[in-house]
Amino acid sequence: MPLAIVVVLLVVGSVVFHILSPWWFLPIASDWGMMDNTVQLTFWVTGFVFVAVNLFMAYSIVKFRHRDGHKAEYRPEDKKLEWWLTGITTLGVAALLTPGLFVWARFVTVPPDASIVEVMGQQWNWSYRYPGNDGALGATDPNLISPENPFGIDPNDAKGQDDVLVQSQDLHLPIGKPVKVLLRSRDVTHQFAVPQFRVKMDMVPGMVTYFWFKPTKLGTYNVLCEQLCGIAHFAMRGRVVVEEQKDYDAWLAAQSTYASIAATKAGDASAGAANYAVCSACHGADGQGNPAMNAPKLAGQEGWYLARQLYGFRHGLRGGDEKDTYGQQMAPMAMSLADETAVRNVVAYIASLPAGDNARQTLAGNVARGKALYVTCGNCHGDKGEGVWATNAPRLAGMSDWYLKRQLENFKSGVRGAHADDFPGSQMAFLSSVLHDDRAIADVVAYLGTL
Amino acid sequence: MAYVAMADRDDPHALHDPQSFVTKYIWSQDHKVIAIQYGVTAIAIGLVALVLSLVMRLQLGFPHAFSLIAPTDYYQAITMHGMIMVIYLLTALFLGGFGNYLIPLMCGSRDMVFPYLNMVSYWVYLLAVIVLVIGFFVPGGPTGAGWTLYPPQAVSKGTPGATWGIVCMLISLGIFIVAFTMGGLNYVTTVLQARCRGMTLMRMPLSVWGIFTATILGLLAFPALLVSAVMMTLDSTVGTSFFMPAMVSMGHSPTHSGGSPLLFQHLFWFFGHPEVYIVALPAFGIVSDLLSTHARRHIFGYRMMVWAILAIGCLSFVVWAHHMYVSGMNPYFGFFFATTTLIIAVPTALKVYNWVLTLWRGDIHLTVPMLFAIGFIFTFIHGGLTGLFLGNVTVDVPLSATYFVVAHFHMVMGVSPILVVFGAVYHWYPKITGKMMNDFLGRLHFWITFLGVYAIYLPMHYLGILGVPRRYYAYTTTDFPQSVQELNRAITISALIVGAAQLILLYNLVYSLFRGKPSGPNPWRATTLEWQTPDTPPHHGNWGPKLPVVYRWAYDYSVPGASDDFIPQNVPPGPTAPATHGHGSDT
Amino acid sequence: MTLGAAYGALSAGALLWAFLVSRLRAKSWETKSATGAVHEGGDTTLTPNWIGLVTFLGVVTSLFALFLTAYHMRMMDGMEHGDWVHFPVPRILWVNTGVLMLGSIAMQWARAAAIRDAREAMRTRLIVGGVLTGAFLLGQLIAWSEVRTSSYFTPANPAVAFFYLLTAVHGLHLVGGLAVWARTVKKLFVPAAKAADVSQIVVLCTIYWHYLLLVWLVLFGLMLST
Repeated sequence: MPLAIVVVLLVVGSVVFHILSPWWFLPIASDWGMMDNTVQLTFWVTGFVFVAVNLFMAYSIVKFRHRDGHKAEYRPEDKKLEWWLTGITTLGVAALLTPGLFVWARFVTVPPDASIVEVMGQQWNWSYRYPGNDGALGATDPNLISPENPFGIDPNDAKGQDDVLVQSQDLHLPIGKPVKVLLRSRDVTHQFAVPQFRVKMDMVPGMVTYFWFKPTKLGTYNVLCEQLCGIAHFAMRGRVVVEEQKDYDAWLAAQSTYASIAATKAGDASAGAANYAVCSACHGADGQGNPAMNAPKLAGQEGWYLARQLYGFRHGLRGGDEKDTYGQQMAPMAMSLADETAVRNVVAYIASLPAGDNARQTLAGNVARGKALYVTCGNCHGDKGEGVWATNAPRLAGMSDWYLKRQLENFKSGVRGAHADDFPGSQMAFLSSVLHDDRAIADVVAYLGTL
Repeated sequence: MAYVAMADRDDPHALHDPQSFVTKYIWSQDHKVIAIQYGVTAIAIGLVALVLSLVMRLQLGFPHAFSLIAPTDYYQAITMHGMIMVIYLLTALFLGGFGNYLIPLMCGSRDMVFPYLNMVSYWVYLLAVIVLVIGFFVPGGPTGAGWTLYPPQAVSKGTPGATWGIVCMLISLGIFIVAFTMGGLNYVTTVLQARCRGMTLMRMPLSVWGIFTATILGLLAFPALLVSAVMMTLDSTVGTSFFMPAMVSMGHSPTHSGGSPLLFQHLFWFFGHPEVYIVALPAFGIVSDLLSTHARRHIFGYRMMVWAILAIGCLSFVVWAHHMYVSGMNPYFGFFFATTTLIIAVPTALKVYNWVLTLWRGDIHLTVPMLFAIGFIFTFIHGGLTGLFLGNVTVDVPLSATYFVVAHFHMVMGVSPILVVFGAVYHWYPKITGKMMNDFLGRLHFWITFLGVYAIYLPMHYLGILGVPRRYYAYTTTDFPQSVQELNRAITISALIVGAAQLILLYNLVYSLFRGKPSGPNPWRATTLEWQTPDTPPHHGNWGPKLPVVYRWAYDYSVPGASDDFIPQNVPPGPTAPATHGHGSDT
Repeated sequence: MTLGAAYGALSAGALLWAFLVSRLRAKSWETKSATGAVHEGGDTTLTPNWIGLVTFLGVVTSLFALFLTAYHMRMMDGMEHGDWVHFPVPRILWVNTGVLMLGSIAMQWARAAAIRDAREAMRTRLIVGGVLTGAFLLGQLIAWSEVRTSSYFTPANPAVAFFYLLTAVHGLHLVGGLAVWARTVKKLFVPAAKAADVSQIVVLCTIYWHYLLLVWLVLFGLMLST
């Protein structure tokens, strides 16, 4: 008897939970509303079966419970009843399947007027490529991928020259225009998913996969990777910005093409030497850093990282937080560099400085424990803390320990990596949570000093 | 050929009764001892997987509260939890455990037809478990690639255990498949060959049908896992590129070209989907017998139940790519696989109807096994219906890779089969030990487990509808509301309670062994042969000097005109057991 | 395509279905008999070993079918990406094929002797069959070393990798067969061993040998044609 009551309560409770649940689809932002409709239809049909069969079961449990003198009926089968049930079930299944297949037919048929955009996944970030004026993407080859050519575009393919490359995590799309999203992966399998668009697809290395949709609502949406791609899978985030056509056009015009990036001259170290004069006051002439001036070691650091930090300081991605005292001091210094060319030059100059010895250890910690903690960090920064361009992870080995400690504290407290456009920073902020307390930070920094 | 059918070999001495403790309990060739060895090992490694699931739930419910759980640990925990539960616990327990125990007893045989092979099967299985456990202690720890082990990620940098851990996992799987094949050949041959006189195929209890069909599925499907495991092992050790495409791992230039990650997925799911039924079909069979026995009524529509098992078995080989709707395979496959997948719902639904119709007009005794059996019907209806969402390609797209999937497959192939396992343990424990299990503890265990798992998995579906992705170590800065975290915390608390409740079962198992009431040979007054053995627990050879002879089907409960409400299969027709006819409506 | 394997499994299931369909229609609750002789329990005409072997061959079929499916799918991808480099199969494989065929013929002769209960003839022919099989395996090893030293050798070429993989898997199955063969031959030197038991094993070995010859011909044909 209690079992029957519980079954009834669970059925009623499930229905009530379903109706009252605050957890439902995020508001749809694409034209795939029919997917929501098929889900709703499935809920109605399966919900009916769920309620009907369970209530019948609860009824049977009560009605046919054991009592003295009661005897079960002996009737091994009832063909008629079973055929009826088969028929009704088949009808129900067909009612679910048919609309599903019609919607799927729409899914596999990309409208001819759809524009194309390529999304590339890599551990653990996104980048995007637009076809440019010719409307066609250039050929690519994974063997051509390098820090300078992250998409592996074939330099000899004319179609690739005007391809617009976006290395930030923001994918911009004009509202109301169907778009076919071509998906590629540079390393392992990823998946490009935006819950509000409903459609999603794996990105498989060696293949180009696709889906299409029409954004119907202005706004900014989180991109999630939904195919396990390693330990920072959960931190692989991007954004889709759906905007009016004119805003989109303006944004697109401001992006660089493959040809323009390829034409950018490499930094000139000798020209950079003059620019470095300002820096040397704090960071030292040999770039070895100076704890007294709160200036970290620069020599030996990866150039792409220095360039990105200078960009960050110049554009407010870093050093904007008022609790970041030293970052705030650095920002105007970075502004003193006239333009991107000056940044490239000074980075080239720093790259020409001898890396020198590891920075002097100023802090103590438990190296063995730090080594265990570093297992997580090593996935991006490299097993030896050497820095990995593909994961946007700078060199840690040999760098100033007091600086690493302060930055880890900043990441944890949200002083650094909180800016909406600082994607690598926000990723580091997610992952710095692995270091639970000051002791963990001290230990991992101590371990880095031994590398 | 001068071959004497097994059913005519009455002489039990041909079996060479074991003499020493070692041959009786360790290097035993007795199917009952092997069954218990399988069962104990599976449950032991299953407890490891249970603890791993609690580790991941703690992280999800209370992120950052536990400094011991880093992303590496989390991904290793989800991977090993999934793999252990699916393969090393459920497959081994249903086929190696219950299959071994029940097939010879229910078919009226003295033992499996190849007892030596049967013994080797267990020891090889144990070796597979040991290699699996070694994986926890190799440099880098066990693999954290997710239980699906998709390449290239499983063997690439950035994934925990991508060098040693994954190789241990693959080798362990290979060994497991060898063990399974040895056992499986035994189960199939025993069912086909060693049934006692009168035990026609259609007189077999549904437990045997379920285990038999599942074994055939396993024998045909596990090779797919073996093929993919061998090829991936070669990819990760000697540099072949079966599955390894041209990829820029951590910024390094490609060392492979042309390998096909999707090939692995096809092979994996060609095994993986039948695997669902390798676990589900024995559960279907066993629960049918539990329901029938405790409702004192024949299983309703026995023939339809057998046909449905066979139909599901066949269909399970043509639905595998419904796991791959958004994998990047040719999307046109979606039409085919959505159709086959939804067709499989029809025989499955019929089974559910027939279970409920068995209760209808029955004489229901709400014993502990019956509680679990009814609990199974409830959770299986829930899990089966959510399968209609995910099998239908269009509906699957927004829900795939979210917690809806996690909730669905735990409901349908985690919770449901486990409830059957529990029911079966309470049901057959008296035969295995001669003691009844404690009824109060059994009921307590049922209520906490049944209500607890529903509290875990019902809300989890709604996280999925919201779009919360699975396999996330933490959910920071997403578009999801803050309430997601609160819900996750509630789920974690339920999971901890359910996890702790399993200690009641363990305690009951041990307690009842010493303090349980003696059960007698047939405490549930069941008809099937295993309850008719001359000794309880059955001795080596099961049947004493003469093999049983079967005169009727396995479900003669409440036969009109009979003096008792059950007639065992080996009772000949006579005054106490009139030769009745069914009331089937057709000819 | 994996679809191929799927339909193979499906049609095997369908055949089994057709075979069993008459039994599966029985209304077992109606057929009660006093003697129990309505139907025997287990089959009386086939030995357990025979059923066990056929079931095992089913597993092996599934294994090789899946390997071949993987071969085909990987080749399609390899053609597209250009990493599947065709290489000429070592000529010794032709010799090996002949040797294995002779081995199978010898086993067939041993089987004929086994059915006649001609113990001496059975032993001789069985040994010849086993030795020829051993020679085949040796030949396969020579083929391996030929490929190993050829300019085509690189694990990265899936055609090479599959050559090693498929020959190794086939060879392992033969080694398993030879283990049973060795035990049987040993029994034939023990005068007390029951001839009937040994004959039965010889008959089963013959089936297994023919089957593996068939598998080899399929594999060899595949390597020649692609």
